[in-house]
Amino acid sequence: MFAYVLRRFAGAVPTLFIIVTIAFFMIRLAPGGPFDLERPLDPLIMKNLERAYNFDKPLWQQYLIYLGNLAQGDLGPSFTRRDFSVVDLFRTGLPVSIQLGGIALSIALVVGVFLGALAALRQNTWVDYMVVGTATFGITIPTFVIAPVFSLFFGVMMGWLPAGGWGTWQHMVLPIATLALPQIAIIARLTRGATIEALRSNHVRTARAYGLPSYVVVGVHALRAAILPVVSYLGPTAAALLTGSVVVETIFGIPGIGRYFVQGALGRDYTLVMGTVVVIACFVIVFNLVVDVLYAWLDPRVRYD
Amino acid sequence: MTQESILRVRDLHVEFETNDGMVHAVRGIDLDVKPGETVAIVGESGSGKSQTTMALMGLLASNGRARGSATYRGQELIGLSERKLNRIRGEKITMIFQEPMTSLDPLYRIGRQIAEPLVHHRGMSRKAARERVIELLELVGIPDPARRVDAYPHELSGGQRQRVMIAMALANDPDMLIADEPTTALDVTIQAQILALLAELQRKLGMAIVFITHDLGIVRRFADRVYVMRYGEVVEEGETSVLFDRPKHPYTMELLAAEPTGRKAPPPLEAPILLEGRNVEVVFGGGGGWFSGPEAEIRAVDRISVALHKGQTIGVVGESGSGKSTLGRALLRLLPSDGTVRFEGADISAADKRAMRPMRKELQLVFQDPFGSLSPRMTIGQVVTEGLKVHEPQLPARERDRRAIEVLEEVGLDPAMRNRYPHEFSGGQRQRIAIARAMILKPKVVVLDEPTSALDRSVQKQIVDLLRDLQKAHDLSYLFISHDLAVVRAMADHIVVMKQGRIVEEGPTDAIFDHPREAYTQALMAAAIDGTPFRQQAGAFE
Amino acid sequence: MSNTTLEQAAAPQEPLVAGRSLGQDAWLRLRRNRAAVASAIVLLLLALAGIVGPWIHAHPYDRIYPQYVRAPASLEAYPKEDAIVPAFESALGRARVDIGEIELSGSTVRAPVSDDEALDPRIVRYIDRSDLFSNARLEDGDGNEMTEGSTSAFMVADVQRLRFVFGTDANGRDLLSRILIGIRISLAIGVLASMMALLLGVTYGAIAGYLGGRVDNLMMRVVDVLYSLPFIFFVILLVVFFGRNFVLIFIAIGCTEWLDMARIVRGQTLTIKRQEYVQAAEALGVSDAGIVRRHIIPNALGPVVVFVTLLVPKAILLESLLSFLGLGVQEPLTSLGLLIAEGAANMRGAAWLLIYPAVTLTAILFALNFLGDGLRDALDPKDR
Repeated sequence: MFAYVLRRFAGAVPTLFIIVTIAFFMIRLAPGGPFDLERPLDPLIMKNLERAYNFDKPLWQQYLIYLGNLAQGDLGPSFTRRDFSVVDLFRTGLPVSIQLGGIALSIALVVGVFLGALAALRQNTWVDYMVVGTATFGITIPTFVIAPVFSLFFGVMMGWLPAGGWGTWQHMVLPIATLALPQIAIIARLTRGATIEALRSNHVRTARAYGLPSYVVVGVHALRAAILPVVSYLGPTAAALLTGSVVVETIFGIPGIGRYFVQGALGRDYTLVMGTVVVIACFVIVFNLVVDVLYAWLDPRVRYD
Repeated sequence: MTQESILRVRDLHVEFETNDGMVHAVRGIDLDVKPGETVAIVGESGSGKSQTTMALMGLLASNGRARGSATYRGQELIGLSERKLNRIRGEKITMIFQEPMTSLDPLYRIGRQIAEPLVHHRGMSRKAARERVIELLELVGIPDPARRVDAYPHELSGGQRQRVMIAMALANDPDMLIADEPTTALDVTIQAQILALLAELQRKLGMAIVFITHDLGIVRRFADRVYVMRYGEVVEEGETSVLFDRPKHPYTMELLAAEPTGRKAPPPLEAPILLEGRNVEVVFGGGGGWFSGPEAEIRAVDRISVALHKGQTIGVVGESGSGKSTLGRALLRLLPSDGTVRFEGADISAADKRAMRPMRKELQLVFQDPFGSLSPRMTIGQVVTEGLKVHEPQLPARERDRRAIEVLEEVGLDPAMRNRYPHEFSGGQRQRIAIARAMILKPKVVVLDEPTSALDRSVQKQIVDLLRDLQKAHDLSYLFISHDLAVVRAMADHIVVMKQGRIVEEGPTDAIFDHPREAYTQALMAAAIDGTPFRQQAGAFE
Repeated sequence: MSNTTLEQAAAPQEPLVAGRSLGQDAWLRLRRNRAAVASAIVLLLLALAGIVGPWIHAHPYDRIYPQYVRAPASLEAYPKEDAIVPAFESALGRARVDIGEIELSGSTVRAPVSDDEALDPRIVRYIDRSDLFSNARLEDGDGNEMTEGSTSAFMVADVQRLRFVFGTDANGRDLLSRILIGIRISLAIGVLASMMALLLGVTYGAIAGYLGGRVDNLMMRVVDVLYSLPFIFFVILLVVFFGRNFVLIFIAIGCTEWLDMARIVRGQTLTIKRQEYVQAAEALGVSDAGIVRRHIIPNALGPVVVFVTLLVPKAILLESLLSFLGLGVQEPLTSLGLLIAEGAANMRGAAWLLIYPAVTLTAILFALNFLGDGLRDALDPKDR
């Protein structure tokens, strides 16, 4: 298995390389630059700045320099927040995003699987209809609607929780709820469908035919099969949740990394944009790997190869 | 036979609520099983034979309801609570299923699954249960049981999985074993082994067996008593020998007569060779993709030579994976192959798609699955005339329609139905449509790839009769591919037995059936043809 | 599935029995699905509103009413009765004339004005400039036009009654007309982007699936690589760098959504290619083109249609997200996502700015999802 993980990481390097390359040139070929301010800078200062950031060199040289730095874990200085390096920015922002996303993901997983399994076991009863109905809501309504509505209702109108900001646990409730809700819905729906399918499967029929108590039939035979699609879903989702959400962080004013990309792109902060791309790609790669290992552990038909 | 019944079923009804209304699957049947006896429930698909046992095991689908009474040693089973039912199922009554591939949980080792009934019914420790499981695996003939106990289901073959199921069924020394088509999904030789195993185990352990099957051959050799079911009712019951010798109900007679009979005379010696393959070879895999590395080669057809004469039917026999279908397709040049193929003397081995097109009219193909071989979005008329559009494009629409009517009548279908879609027809009717599609072109050679295997026995017979009539009327030559020896015997005058891509044995039909020389052919025959009861093989009574 | 086989129906010779195709079956099933039918009606109405609404609605979507910034939603017409007199007074105040008592009768306001010098007739502009009044004029006591050079007269103006059913936004634009134009833009981008994805995906997937072998292998590797890229980021980059125009947005969205479509179509093509009816057609000598046209395309269509109906809401969502981030269509044009973003920014004290667009978008998404689910159930009755 160790060899498998190593192989997968080796396989991820070219993917990462492609991503970095495309992103790098796409950003650079776009019009505008980080120093195009409303009031043009003094040409001399401009020249100095360009030299300092290697902009006077040909693009391919800059690319090679960037790759070299990247290999050493250096993502370069931020152009829009001059006092910080990109690594610094992630060092402060990432823990916030991971904290929010991690809690939201855990809640979504527990609640979603529970609700989905419950609905499947009580298929076509009011419990089932409730879960399916709520799930449809959660899947359909986008985050950028839920977030401001939560903030408006619980924060502004009811005043129960802070409408935005960061610091105490109360500040985390609404963002986590916003992040978790759609995931609960999706996971519940996935689990429900998979559980129903598993309950209809021949091997569950066998378990029932052999008089195994229902906690064994459901808990041991049906749910393990039903959890497999959820595990597959979890990889990209975990990566997305842990790297922060632009919408949630914007609306609730949270100092996470979700906003970096859009801010960086708008401000032509090349290094920040590249840094975000690299960090997110790494998360995606790692979580896909984690999920594959987990999946193979749950399903003996899948082998490491 | 005056013993008390262990299972008494009285006026059992099973109903399913569906979108098309209530479906009455079982309509008030009575059934008795006495200790140690083997009872067969026989019927074609949809007769309600499986649902009967599902009902008394409490395994009906969620939209199903059972009414009436079924008592096991005095205990009413219908409507019994899950908890009380669980003291009987897996302990007193056990069950094995048709689908050995999916009946075991793919995520757990077989040892653990066999142990589960022991742990939950007998309160055995996992460790003690493991000892017993190894014993059981030994009993059902799994080689190297101490190692195999830790195998996952996907690491076993279909036959072995069915053995594992049997081991699980025997774990608690049940009173009664329900076997729901336990061999249908298996190859004939494996079928024979499983049936022999069941017979032997019954002799050793003495449980009653309820055997659900559509295969009368199995019933005759295996059962003490038979119930014949149709449309959810028991139409006839009785001792096996009595029922087979003197059937009373017309449906039973029809079923018994459904075994295709008759023999085909070989064509005259001077009949010319129409289609000939020499050293035909088909290799799958190999090469591999750009990224996937070299794949293992599979030699599906390994240097086979056959010659089909005018008016002849060659039966190609073999188990799944023997390469018989591949051979048929290679001879029709639907697959790339090595070796030479000649049609009416002309070498067509190198002909490409375009060059083959005019010849396609003469070389036709009928498939096994009448559900998959008709495009679901075309009407029957369109399906049947598709070939005419290719080969006689100048034909006016009216004339095409007339030809469609003609051919539909010839295959015994009402031509008024030609605006209907395939899903509105039964399996047998669809197979007639598929035959009509081939026949409308007036071909010379038809490759029939298991044309009867997906059909019920009584329908099979009709299709066999139809094919024989068509052959006589149009002087056709058939390459008849089948694993079903009874059908092959009725259809073919020459037999080719295939195994793993090679011809094991070939010769005139009677010679092969009466005096098989190769061990593999003998095993095939023994497994499929009446006269070698499993009990004898198992050293049992008779 | 209907189990009506013809064995029972094989009675007398009828001229021709009409069959029911799978498509007709699906249509019947869809019509029986109440949620799907209701969704279709809702969608139709919304689409109609988006297309026709902006033309027939009283307020142009880009007209600004400075006096009505953040006017709450109300069925009553503006201005409210008690707001008329003060508004008239403040508007008139700018004319620097002496104002008598203002009286309001029906839909006209009237106030005596006087000054030391002759009244300048141009002072009516102060009144006309307000969104509340129109047709301001100076009259003498009898209702005739004021004679030039008088030092006193009556300032008379009609009260302009305006309805803002959904209120107005922070710039004083009618929210209903903004929502109508937003529906138009969102639906248009959703449909166009889906068509784009459909075109790309079907072509790509069908080619890969039909050709198979190495070509397929290579083409699908490309899709896999593209999949592993964080594509939404490239859309954002694209939009940020190449300007925010309507065409670019739907092309960008179409370019991200075609990957799934390509996979589905390829899978379908591969499955159908292996079906026996395709082999049967090959055995009949039907040409490649004939097989693709008569067998593969009609049979692959079902899942594709279903996927497209689920693609439209995805595209709308993506567009709304872009707009929400300020990367979508540009002012004064708007889309539902942009409206929600503005609503979120103004929700303190002007909740309707958030609620109405949010409800509209949610309704569209719900309707599309229900319709898609209904179509899937109708076309793929496996679960029945």
